[in-house]
Amino acid sequence: MKKISKFLIVFLLCTNIYAVNNSLITAEAFPDKLSDFSFFKDSSAQIPHDDVVPYELISTLFSDYSYKQRWVYVPKDTKAKYEENWVFDFPEGSALIKTFYYPVDERNPNAGKKLLETRLLLRKAEGWEAVSYAWNNEQNEAFKKVAGKTINVEWTNFMGVERNVRYRVPNVNQCKECHAADDKITPIGPKARNINKDLVFKDGQFNQLVYWMNRQMIDHYPIELNSPVDWTDYNQDINDRVRSYLDINCGHCHSPTGNANSTGLYLHLNETRNIHLGVYKKPVATGRGSGGLKYSIVPGKPEESILLHRMISMDPGVMMPESGRALTHEEAVEMVKDWILLLKD
Amino acid sequence: MIFTFFVYSISLFAKEIVIEPGEDAQERLQEAMILMSEGDTLLIKAGYYNFEDGLSLDVNGVMVIGEGMDKTILDFKNQQSGAQGLLVTSDEVTLKDFAILDAKGDALKVIGAKGINMINLKTEWTGGPKSTNGAYGFYPVESEDVLIDGCVAIGASDAGIYVGQSKNIIVRNSTAQYNVAGIEIENSYYADVYNNLASHNTGGILIFDLPDLPQQGGHHIRVFENRSIDNDTDNFAPEGNIVGEVPRGTGIIIMANSDVEVFNNLMSGNGTVNLSIVSYSDETDDPNYYPHPKRIQVHSNTYGPGGFDPDINTGDLAKTLFEISNGNMPDIFWDGVAPLSQMIFGQPDDEKLIINEDSEVSFLTISAVKYMMGFSNPIRTNKEEFKGVINPLEPINIDGI
Repeated sequence: MKKISKFLIVFLLCTNIYAVNNSLITAEAFPDKLSDFSFFKDSSAQIPHDDVVPYELISTLFSDYSYKQRWVYVPKDTKAKYEENWVFDFPEGSALIKTFYYPVDERNPNAGKKLLETRLLLRKAEGWEAVSYAWNNEQNEAFKKVAGKTINVEWTNFMGVERNVRYRVPNVNQCKECHAADDKITPIGPKARNINKDLVFKDGQFNQLVYWMNRQMIDHYPIELNSPVDWTDYNQDINDRVRSYLDINCGHCHSPTGNANSTGLYLHLNETRNIHLGVYKKPVATGRGSGGLKYSIVPGKPEESILLHRMISMDPGVMMPESGRALTHEEAVEMVKDWILLLKD
Repeated sequence: MIFTFFVYSISLFAKEIVIEPGEDAQERLQEAMILMSEGDTLLIKAGYYNFEDGLSLDVNGVMVIGEGMDKTILDFKNQQSGAQGLLVTSDEVTLKDFAILDAKGDALKVIGAKGINMINLKTEWTGGPKSTNGAYGFYPVESEDVLIDGCVAIGASDAGIYVGQSKNIIVRNSTAQYNVAGIEIENSYYADVYNNLASHNTGGILIFDLPDLPQQGGHHIRVFENRSIDNDTDNFAPEGNIVGEVPRGTGIIIMANSDVEVFNNLMSGNGTVNLSIVSYSDETDDPNYYPHPKRIQVHSNTYGPGGFDPDINTGDLAKTLFEISNGNMPDIFWDGVAPLSQMIFGQPDDEKLIINEDSEVSFLTISAVKYMMGFSNPIRTNKEEFKGVINPLEPINIDGI
């Protein structure tokens, strides 16, 4: 007996060196360093362990033109349960990992990148908790930032234009501002409908739902899914593109269970009532956010639509979303403008 | 004995965290607000604190106190991010004795809290009334057990003190000046608003209900012993907001609420009208919304000069009233709008507007049916028809207050 337990301990220690540190995911306190979790074989190069699976969303949240890499970790022998119209119900010990970075020059992948932060959602016994780790200047370690951090970043965009941003690593309260539904922290992205697309994995190209199923990370998924479209795909219908964009950028707060439910403006994918989508909807507690305009959306008149006004604005008292954005998402603004122009009374 | 033990056990575990002005005050204060735990007190020492980002608090059962609303100053004029100065999202929180100045959006927003005490706080936009000021000074929403006591709200481009979609509310001993709306209770249930001073706003005290919202049907609101006086600031709300319709010189407006008791107030110096009782007048398709005021009781108020400078250029209220009254603006105005059957047959007894005021208090209402049929004299001014028995509403009680 004694021998066996000794063996077991040695075994556990060994596996801990090579695999994700499960106990830290569920521990009460967050460790100071990201590397303590051991999600990555190579932190600087962001190469994950085999059981840390990359994923992508069909449409993504705009975060000041930063790039994001996402991974999911589900402990061995456990599965996330499919939930209709909601994120998978991940088992205790799961982790969602998201690294934010800017390429030095978007035109030249070899010019390198600057890692900013890695945000974690950790599924503890009581529920999800959120924390972010900010990367050091040497880019070889990321440190816990409970109160957030300001990073001034410069990069060259795909047009060759020098851009800069006052990038904010969110504090834990700000994480909750968006990641809250019915006052509990929840992931936003990994709903079945949002990951219903192909991705190139180490072992080939697969639909992500099929791949997750094959790896026994999820219990099931339905054949029919009302999936969003990739809003950057110009071959798609503009209404679908806009609704997909609004869903992932606004719908987590602007839904009946989200933080902005008191506004009555609901932008999640399943909302069908025109008034709640903003058409001729008057503002409630918008204050100067209205910009002197009367309705959230006036069909045919983007210049009279508060929704667009707040997407364009970079004034903290006016802009939407309230946090996580310091720049205007010009491409999305153009799309929403076109969409409102085409809307009929 | 039990009580002693209780105090002792609290002091054993509860910490007092002290923040002083100086380098990195924003980081130190925000970090303390995140790391503190239930029972703790955060003391922000007197001084001037400058913030570039909004602050937030999400810990239950804590106190954040300063050393006085004119001593502990949280200044947000250089704010770069965050839609409010301070955001509170936790329960059983007491905020006391500090000021929030020049926030880029709202000054103090509280979402979904059960138990929030705001005591001796100040919110102010220091550049005077401007449409570029933030919307709300005090902004609890979707909250329960809300106390605003001894606070001061100045310069909000919507409402200085705004309580929205909340329940069990006390707003007292507070001052609201140079806002568009001084104090506004919107889509809320069970509120006592008393012993406040609302002056030099566009409108002093507003009790509103709006459609298409998760909580509507505002009711059981007592407005008493307030002074709503000299509300003489031009409406500076950005267009699109409901308060943008409020004419300068409005004392108290009741819109589309039920069970509102207005008594022992002083309304004076309000150039459009001291007291108005109106329906929600815009179109709405919301089947769950009742747009008319119901069971409104008005008694024992004091009315000073009113209606001497009606603001006929803002909204419809002042203009309509000015036209119908031929410029003889009343102390109390009811728009008379009700469901069609009531406009023909009168309000049912248990929904009636009751006005018990001194004989010299003037009153005007529109007989909507006569108005619609083009009668030359559709107005009624005899308030004796509205005399009745007052059924006092129950006072609001918040546990521990």
